Amino acid sequence: MAVTAPLAIDIENMGFHYPGNADVSFSGLNLKVAKGERFGLFGPNGAGKTTLISLMTGLLTADSGQVKLLGHEMGKQNNSSTNKLFGFVPQDFSFYQELSPVENLEFFGAWAGLSKQAIKRRTDELLTILGLQEVRNKQVQKFSGGMKRRVNLAIGVIHNPEIIFLDEPTVGVDVQTGHAIVNYLHELNNNGATLIYTSHQLSEAEELCHQVALIDGGKIIAQDSLTKLLKTHGQESLEHLFLNLTGKDYRN
Amino acid sequence: MFKLWTTIVKDFRILLRDKVGISLMFVMPIILVVVVTSIQNSTFNLVNKNKLSVLICNTDTGQASMQLIKSINKIGMFKVSLVPNYKTEKLMGDAMHNQDAMLGVIIPSNFTIQVDAKSKSTAGKALKSFGLDGDTVKKVGDVDPLTMYYNPILQESLRLSVQGGIRSALQLVESRETLRSLYFSINEKPLPEQLENEMLNNNTAINEIPVSKDGTRATPNATQHNVPAWTIFAMFFVIMSLGGSIVREKVSGSFIRLKTLPTNYWVGIISKQITYLCVTLLQAAVIFSMGIWLFPYIGLPALNLPSDVLALFIVTLVCGWCAVSYSICVGVFADTQEQANGFGAVSIVILSSIGGLMVPSFAMQGFAKSAANFSPMHWCLQSYYSLFLEGGNLRDVVNNIILLLIITAVLQLVIFWGLKRKNLI
Repeated sequence: MAVTAPLAIDIENMGFHYPGNADVSFSGLNLKVAKGERFGLFGPNGAGKTTLISLMTGLLTADSGQVKLLGHEMGKQNNSSTNKLFGFVPQDFSFYQELSPVENLEFFGAWAGLSKQAIKRRTDELLTILGLQEVRNKQVQKFSGGMKRRVNLAIGVIHNPEIIFLDEPTVGVDVQTGHAIVNYLHELNNNGATLIYTSHQLSEAEELCHQVALIDGGKIIAQDSLTKLLKTHGQESLEHLFLNLTGKDYRN
Repeated sequence: MFKLWTTIVKDFRILLRDKVGISLMFVMPIILVVVVTSIQNSTFNLVNKNKLSVLICNTDTGQASMQLIKSINKIGMFKVSLVPNYKTEKLMGDAMHNQDAMLGVIIPSNFTIQVDAKSKSTAGKALKSFGLDGDTVKKVGDVDPLTMYYNPILQESLRLSVQGGIRSALQLVESRETLRSLYFSINEKPLPEQLENEMLNNNTAINEIPVSKDGTRATPNATQHNVPAWTIFAMFFVIMSLGGSIVREKVSGSFIRLKTLPTNYWVGIISKQITYLCVTLLQAAVIFSMGIWLFPYIGLPALNLPSDVLALFIVTLVCGWCAVSYSICVGVFADTQEQANGFGAVSIVILSSIGGLMVPSFAMQGFAKSAANFSPMHWCLQSYYSLFLEGGNLRDVVNNIILLLIITAVLQLVIFWGLKRKNLI
């Protein structure tokens, strides 16, 4: 698929393998994601989604080829300049459970390079949008799973990043929280943010993503707009398309 | 600076909400200091103030054994009880158990006769060697030995000192008898009591003076020994909170997120160093304050702070930094909290043992003595002892401080290498 708009992500001929582990490796991988896109990355367990996201966020460094975020090459430039460009919302609750939402946002906001005033402003905004104002000063460890997910998301977007990586952002939450999170992600996208989303909740993915890539065995086996992919493969849903392309066998 | 400040605030907040960590870092060492000082103080008192209880079964009826008992009493370290009927090991053992006595002595039945014979023989030999006529020198055997039973809990050093005391009393009795025989042989009249006392009791006094660098003459006590030693132990015990905190951060997702943010993880490491350095300083302040103000209320000697307070602060700061660096080092290399806590606790006990906190390093021999040099706690303790016990000042501890700084610098390099190797920075 040709991407003509300015690129948020540009991976060219990338090679990577874990030392001593040949299970997940990439060879000559290419991936382009346009700016402002809502891009879904799907695949069975062990397909390489997390590794690919780690390579895009600089947690891992490619052995060959290049990974560019908004034209900045990852791993070749100063981390502090490239890491400002994106926000990361990992699947795990990646914050300090002993702290309150405000204290977590204060700390991660500072590490994201925001000033004290900017942190205060964004904290108020985010806690209001995500419905956490009433519990802003309570320790997160006493929160429900859904509230923790919202804190996780708030931290990932506190610095208004241009690209947001979302790894299972709604896993384990109730319908209301899931809906609220997806709505907020739409809002972020409407404001110009590029979303890179992975999930096993494919119905939610259908609602959120207009561009998808299916990955398996370290290779991108399909990439296009969701409508085109469904039409090309004669499938009626992303779930059917997924099973059709990746098979029905168990994956470890 | 804002990032560092925010990180320090975050670390303090997490620390203050970790009740178990705070207990381990403050309450446990405080209990340890009080308990160990109390026990050692009791031992000091046992040796220095309380008298050792001794049961003596005198099966002899003569003068020499009476004089021996009198001499033992005069030594001053024994509380003598006479138990004439306990002549066997079994009876004496039971009596010692019933009367809480540490020692039991049985004087043999023919003690006076044998001492008398031996002294006459010695006096005869002496006269002969002077070229004077004396009584015919008869060949006599040794005096039958005294039997000393002791409670096995009595330490060897104390037992030897007891043995030395009784031996000197025995020597006095034998010398007196020899002197009397000698005098009688020459003058054919008994030795005058005054002369006898002058000859035997005019011991030269020994002045005991503790050596100090600042000229003070404070006698070291259990508090002066224990408070600095266990303060060092407490400082290194921050590993239980700090090592675990680094592992927790590493294995939780928060570390992954931190790595994706435009701030180097060294900011986090520096913040932890500052936070926990404050903790170690606070530990020292709390434990020293207890020593100064609380100990006298619970019957322990008060802690006397060194005259060079600046040197005390610098030594505490450097010891604290070294302890924090060691804890971070363990935290960086441990993969689980169990590893950090297990290795941390065991290594601190080993380092404190070889460092002289549990057994004085001057009492160590061979390998243990050399190994002490590799324990940072040894150099911390030497610095504190120089200040607390010897009245030293900054100049006296500067070499120890330099060594501690070198150890700390090596630990920092190891931390850097570990973070790089594990792709954490």
